[in-house]
Amino acid sequence: MPMFETLSDRLQAIFDKVTRRGVLSEADVNAALREVRLALLEADVNYKVVKSFITRVRERAVGQESLRSLTPAQQVITIVYEELVRTLGEPGRLDLSGSPPHVIMLVGLQGSGKTTTAAKLALKLRREGHRPLMIAADTYRPAAVEQLEILGKQIQIPVYSEGTAAAPPDICERGVQHARQRGYTVVIMDTAGRLHIDEAMMAELEAIRDRTRPKEVLLVVDAMTGQDAVRVADEFNRRIGLTGIILTKVDGDARGGAAISVREVTGVPIKYLGVGEKLDALETFYPDRLASRILGMGDVMTLLEKAEQELDRQKALEAEKRLLEGTFTLEDFLEQLQELKKLGPLSQILEMLPGFQQVARQLPAEMTDKQLKRIEAIIYSMTPEERRNPRIINASRKRRIARGSGTTVEEVNQLLRQFRQMQQLMKQLRKGRFPGNLFGGFLRF
Amino acid sequence: MVLSRFFKRASTEDQAKIERSLEKTRRGVFGHIATLFQANELDDFFWEDLEALLIQADMGVETTEYLIGRLKERVKREGIKRSEDAYTLLKEEMIALLGDAPPAALEQPRLLTVVLVVGVNGSGKTTSIAKLAHYLTQQGKKVLLAAADTYRAAAIDQLRAWGERVGVEVIAHQPGNDPGAVVYDAIRAAQESRQADVVIIDTAGRLHTKYNLMKELEKIRKVCARQVHRAPHETYLVLDATTGQNALMQAKKFKEAVDITGVILTKLDGTAKGGVVFAIQRELGVPVRFVGTGEQVTDFAPFDPVAFVEGLLA
Repeated sequence: MPMFETLSDRLQAIFDKVTRRGVLSEADVNAALREVRLALLEADVNYKVVKSFITRVRERAVGQESLRSLTPAQQVITIVYEELVRTLGEPGRLDLSGSPPHVIMLVGLQGSGKTTTAAKLALKLRREGHRPLMIAADTYRPAAVEQLEILGKQIQIPVYSEGTAAAPPDICERGVQHARQRGYTVVIMDTAGRLHIDEAMMAELEAIRDRTRPKEVLLVVDAMTGQDAVRVADEFNRRIGLTGIILTKVDGDARGGAAISVREVTGVPIKYLGVGEKLDALETFYPDRLASRILGMGDVMTLLEKAEQELDRQKALEAEKRLLEGTFTLEDFLEQLQELKKLGPLSQILEMLPGFQQVARQLPAEMTDKQLKRIEAIIYSMTPEERRNPRIINASRKRRIARGSGTTVEEVNQLLRQFRQMQQLMKQLRKGRFPGNLFGGFLRF
Repeated sequence: MVLSRFFKRASTEDQAKIERSLEKTRRGVFGHIATLFQANELDDFFWEDLEALLIQADMGVETTEYLIGRLKERVKREGIKRSEDAYTLLKEEMIALLGDAPPAALEQPRLLTVVLVVGVNGSGKTTSIAKLAHYLTQQGKKVLLAAADTYRAAAIDQLRAWGERVGVEVIAHQPGNDPGAVVYDAIRAAQESRQADVVIIDTAGRLHTKYNLMKELEKIRKVCARQVHRAPHETYLVLDATTGQNALMQAKKFKEAVDITGVILTKLDGTAKGGVVFAIQRELGVPVRFVGTGEQVTDFAPFDPVAFVEGLLA
């Protein structure tokens, strides 16, 4: 499927045909930019935004002397990436200066995820030392107030609500007063969304804004939004005056091109990303990471950061050394697997690695994790001697290992075969050739 | 033909409703298309503008290129010079893309019809279910709702509130209970004590990338199939018209997991165009069956490709 191809792969394919080095010709750049344009449009970046973006990249790219260390494809990618990062703006920060309570107002269309985001934000701010209060001001959608109350209970953050009878601006004003009296430091207002921009909603939001004077007005935008995102963001910004954007449902496979459009059109910074169903799944926004995602380059930074937090560096270094020396045993492999598991579900890890997104998408997370468990079970059923020296594993040992691990001899064979292949790959790696599917072999286990 | 049958019943009032809801769309991007075709030569600028407009309607690059390719070919073959004539062809091609939908299983007579409704979070599942229930009730059918979204906070309350509004009973368990058990009970109730004609199952919204939740849907399907012959008879994917190209991924994943038979396109009364349904029909052969056109329970109508395209381009 062309949809899965990453931009880097596509550009590489174009430049593979053009082997000469030197200055990037206009024809080369144009061919490359056609692909960039396609990738951005497929990521749902707005058509007009794409157009001006491409113009900027072209200006930078044409006539630029290619660097010795980079291939032309890498060079164009770098320019595109840098421009994207620049377009996406600064990493997000909430402005909570001045005297408390700081009022935060969430606005957005129906189904964008406002209510869930309100709870996520409250939890995050409490972890940063604030005392949050949430206000249930969506009196229209059936059970929206109950939903916020239930979420509030789950994270033990109080919710101010007056049911559905009162007018939202009144509820918000009294809620903020309540917060002031009780010493809450942050107030998060969950407002009603409509199916689309309409006059009544805007008027109500304006009333809420005027009566509560929010420090932050954050637009909640679904990452899956298409070309219409621009219009929505522009309308909200014109009428209410936005101070930031929260992009939700980023944990799906949407590329999130809407973020670029919204940022470009409003000039308002993106502050957070909603990345999961759990209430702690709200991340601070980093432009470089989202740029990588939009380009399909993988979220290497996040992975590195995660790895640094979770992995035992010393162990990893040792294993790496043995790996490259070719003295890597099944014991080391087991240890690596366990370290890998600390990072989270395998598919999530793969998703973050450049070039592995395709593998990740093909494999449901739980399946690969189950496979990892089977591999673990097989290795656990081996004697230490067998783990260090798999060559001694004969037919009868294989039967024993299969019985012990609840697998089949076939699976044991497969693991051993793949382990041998991995050792082979390592040897190639040492010679400087990067093996394309290091994990790939094991995932098809 | 089933569609014509639909449209006789889908009265002029419904037609007017679709017309109204598409009004904004028409004035937006597709309005530009009409202007584009009025006063233009069929030159490169014309084609580029057309491409821009189709892409901005969320039709996607591939479908847009396909459509423009077809149009160019016909313009050349049929020796068309005037942009108005090209406009007629565009309409024809767009209608052809939406294709002839096979007859809806929903309409076939049987003892009990089971309808499973799935979709990502926030697409408008619960509201669409209420609207569909109302629509079927208006046709004289007795409808029962199964609250199988036991996951999201207050989802059951939301469905109950809707059930009361449209006068349809809701079978529910406690939050967090097994959705399969809710479905089992609802179907039993429909067959025995309640004597219902249709059971509509509300499921937890999930991103299509969540493996466990997709598994849960497969389980719900199995529960249906065990109790009722060939159930679920329809599996509708509820799709927000504002969704971009990711909608195609959603449809693909849901088709793999639960074999969706149709799309309910919601929030079509906004400025969004829902152009991605062309790609869904073209690549997956899944037709749009209903459209949600407003916040009222009556803002709901069967989908007809001809009316849809006519409305968009009128």
